Amino acid sequence: MITFSVRGLRKSYGGVPAVREMDLDLRPGEILALIGPNGAGKSTCFNMMTGQVVPDAGSIRLFGRELIGLKPRQIWRLGVGRTFQITATFASLTVLENLQLALISHHHRIRALLARAGSLYRDEALALLRLVGMEPQADRPCSILAYGDLKRVELALALTNDPKLLLMDEPTAGMAPRERIELMRLVARIVGERNICMLFTEHDMDVVFAHATSIMVLNRGRLVTRGSPGEVRDNAEVQAIYLGSGAVYDADAVKGVA
Amino acid sequence: MEFLFSQFLTGLASASSLFLVASGLSIIFGVSRIVNFAHGSLYMLGAYIAYSLVEHSGLGGGNFWIALPVAALGVALLGLLLEVTLLRKIYHAPELLQLLATFGVVLVVQDAVLMIWGPEDLLGPRAPGLAGAVRLFHQAIPQYDLFLISLGPVVLALLWLLFHRTHWGTLVRAATHDRDMVAALGVNQASLFTGVFTLGALLAGLGGALQLPRGAVSHAMDLQIIVEVFVVVVIGGLGNVFGAFLAAIIIGELNAFGILVFPQMTLVLTFLAMAVILVVRPWGLRGKPQSLAHGAAVAGGRVLRRLPPAAGKAFLLVAVLLLALPWLGSGYALNVATEMAIYALFAASLHLLSGIGGMVSFGHAAYFGLGSYGAALAAKSLGLPMELALLAGPLTGALGALVYGWFCVRLSGVYLSMLTLAFAQITYAVAFQWSSLTGGDNGILGVWPSHWASGPVAFYYLTLVVCGGSILILRHIVFSPFGYTLRACRDSEIRADAIGIDARHHRWLAFILCGFFAGLAGGLFAFFKGSVFPDSASIGTSVDGLVMVLLGGIQTLTGPVVGAVIYTALRIFVSTYTDYWRAVIGVVIILLVVAFPQGIVAWTADRFQAWRAIRPAVKTKEKAA
Repeated sequence: MITFSVRGLRKSYGGVPAVREMDLDLRPGEILALIGPNGAGKSTCFNMMTGQVVPDAGSIRLFGRELIGLKPRQIWRLGVGRTFQITATFASLTVLENLQLALISHHHRIRALLARAGSLYRDEALALLRLVGMEPQADRPCSILAYGDLKRVELALALTNDPKLLLMDEPTAGMAPRERIELMRLVARIVGERNICMLFTEHDMDVVFAHATSIMVLNRGRLVTRGSPGEVRDNAEVQAIYLGSGAVYDADAVKGVA
Repeated sequence: MEFLFSQFLTGLASASSLFLVASGLSIIFGVSRIVNFAHGSLYMLGAYIAYSLVEHSGLGGGNFWIALPVAALGVALLGLLLEVTLLRKIYHAPELLQLLATFGVVLVVQDAVLMIWGPEDLLGPRAPGLAGAVRLFHQAIPQYDLFLISLGPVVLALLWLLFHRTHWGTLVRAATHDRDMVAALGVNQASLFTGVFTLGALLAGLGGALQLPRGAVSHAMDLQIIVEVFVVVVIGGLGNVFGAFLAAIIIGELNAFGILVFPQMTLVLTFLAMAVILVVRPWGLRGKPQSLAHGAAVAGGRVLRRLPPAAGKAFLLVAVLLLALPWLGSGYALNVATEMAIYALFAASLHLLSGIGGMVSFGHAAYFGLGSYGAALAAKSLGLPMELALLAGPLTGALGALVYGWFCVRLSGVYLSMLTLAFAQITYAVAFQWSSLTGGDNGILGVWPSHWASGPVAFYYLTLVVCGGSILILRHIVFSPFGYTLRACRDSEIRADAIGIDARHHRWLAFILCGFFAGLAGGLFAFFKGSVFPDSASIGTSVDGLVMVLLGGIQTLTGPVVGAVIYTALRIFVSTYTDYWRAVIGVVIILLVVAFPQGIVAWTADRFQAWRAIRPAVKTKEKAA
C-alpha cells in the first residue's frame, strides 16, 4: 500500500527551474531522506508537499487524495504532521500549552469559549512530551527554551494530529551531535511502532545514512538517484556532486600546479 | 469643464503640502521604524511660528518669504530637540509604546499652542507677490496655488537628489533597507537618526508654514493633517517618498472632486479609497512587506499567568469595597467609579484584540461610538426601553466590527493599525455629518435610563454588574481554547496554520467579539451621560483606550482595568486643577513610557517575582545564622 505519492512535480521561479519532474512513493514504515547540495530544490519540494508553495505542475497524493491546492491547515487535518527548519512554536505559551493547543485544534475545539484550555487534553499532551523527553520542561515558556529542546517540541507538535505521514525539514539542524542521534532514533522508533512513513531533508550525512530506509539525491532540481543508503553511497554521480568531480582539485592537477 | 479644471488644480495644490508632510513622516518611518504621531504637531507649529513671524517681526511687506524658511528651520530645530531628548530613548521600545510617547508629544504641543497663541483661529496675510489670480480657461486660479503645485515636484526632485547623489542620502536609503546592517558597517546610527528626524521635521514645518496664505491657522490642524498624512503614507507605502507623492495627488484630487459629488462625505470617500487600495495592495502602492512580525513585537514571549491565590483574596476585597461604595463615598465618587467601570470594559475589550490578538487598533473608538449611537438611537428613535436599547449597543458594535474587521484582518502590523484608524474616522465622519440621523455636532440628547436605574446608586450597580461581569467573561475567554488560539495566531501564524488553524478567520471572530464588548461599554456610556456626541468615536477616545491598556501593561490581564482606573482618575484629578490637563497627561505618558516600558502591572509583577525569588534564600540564611 502506498501512503504518499508524488508525480511529475515541477516548480520554477521567474523561469529558473527549482524542481523539475519529481516522482516519489512512500510506504508505511519507510523513512525517506531528501538530500542534495544547497539549491538542489529540497526546500521547494518540501514546501510544495506542505502546501506553502503551489507547484507549476504535477500531483501530490495522500492515500489517493490530491493535496495540491489545499492550504497547510487542510493538509494537516488530513493527517500530515510537519516540523519547520527554523522552529516555529508559540513563544508566549508554555511547552505544555503548545501541545494542548495543537490537540485542541485536532479535536476541532479552537472556537470553544466556555472550556478552560489549560485543563484540556493535559494527559495526552504530557504523554507526547514524555515521548520526546520534554516532560520536565512542560511548564517553561517556549520563548526561553534551548534550540535543541525546541526541535523536540516541534516533533511532539507534529505528532498531535496522529499523522500518517511526517514531514521534517532538517529535523536536527542546530542540535548537538548526541542530541541528533537521540532524536533520530526516537523518530525512527515512532515511525516503526506506528507504522507510518516519514520524509525528511537533512544536511548531516551521519543522520541520513544511519536512519533513512531510502535516500533520494537531488541536484539543481533534478532527481539524481534513489536507493538504499548503500546504493546511494556507492553511486558515482552522488560522489561527484558531494565531493566534486575531481576535475578542478584533482590530486594530480594540484601537483601539476605546484 | 473649465470648472473641473480649476478644481483639479486646487486638488494638486493641496496635494503639494500634503506631500511635504507625508514625505517627512515616511522618511522618518523608513529609517527609525517610528510612526510619529507628533508629525501633525510639527506641521501645526510650522504654521503658528510662521504666523507670529509675519505678524510680529515688523519686517514689513515681503516678510512671508522670510518667515517661511525661518519657521521651517525653527520646527527642524524643535524636531532635533525632540529626537535627542525623547525618541533616542525609545528606539528599542515596542512599536506601540513609541507611538504612545509621540502621542504624548501631541498632547503637550496642543496645550502649548493653546497657551501661547490662544484658542482663536488666526488668519495670516496673502503671500506677497502671489496674492492675485491668473486666468486659465476662463477660471481665476490663485497664483499661490500655482506656486504650491510647482513646489511639490521640486521638493520631490530635491529629495531624490539628496537620497541618490549624496553620501548621507545613500546611508539613509541603506538604513531604510536594513538598519542593522548599516550599523554593523560602522555607521553612527544615532546621528543618522537625528539627521533624518530633523529633515522630516523641516518638511513638516515647511508644509505648515505654506498653509498660512491658504487659510486659517487653528489648533485642530495637527490631528486633521496627521490622519490625512497617515492615509497618504499608507496608500503610498511606508518609507517610500515617491509613493507618498502619488498618494498625495490621489488624496488631494479625491478631496477636491469628492466635495462636488458628496459634499457631506468627503472624509468617508478618502478612507474608502484607502481601504480599497490596502485590500488590493496590502503594503501600499509602492511599499514592501514589513519583515518584522508584529505579534512578536507586541508579546515579547511573556507568558500569561493566572493570579496567585493571594490575589484572589485581594480581588474579593476590591469587590466588597466596590459593592460598599455607595455607603463609603459621595455621589461624585459614584459618578467617577461608574465612568471608570465603563472605561475598564472598553480597555479590556481593546486588550483582548490588541494584547492577546496582536492586532493593535488605533480605532477602537469606532465600536464604542457605534455602541453609543446604537443604544441612543434605539432608545430615542425606536422608543425602546433602556434594557433593550442597551442590547442594541453591543449588537451595533459587533456589526461594525464584522464589516470593518473583514478588511482589517487582511493586513498586519502598522498597516492594520492605520486601517482601524481609517474605519474609526469613517464612523466619526458619519456621526458628524449625517445630522438627520445622529444630530451631527449637537449629538443626541435625553438618553435616559429606565426609572429603576435612573438614580446614581442604581446606575452604578447596573454598570458595575454589567462591566464587572463582562470583564470576567473576557478574562475567561483569554484562558479558553478561543483565547489560546488567538494568542497562537499572534505568536506564530505559520505554526498556527500548520496545526490546522485559520488565523485570519479566527482574528475576524475576535474582532467581532471585541466590537461587541466595546459596543456594550459605549451603550452604557450613552445612558450614563444621557447623551451621545461624535466625540465618542473620535481619535481621542481611541487613544484614551490605548493609553489605558499600555499604562497597565499589554501582557497582563489586570493591566487594562488598572490602566483605565488610573488614567480616568488622573484625567479627572488633573482637569479640576488646570485647563492644561492634556499637557500634564502628555508628560505623564511620556515619562511612563520611558520609565515603565512594560506597563505598570507587568513592572510590579516582575518586581514581585524577583522579590519572591530572593526571599527563600534570605530565609535559609537566617536559619543558618
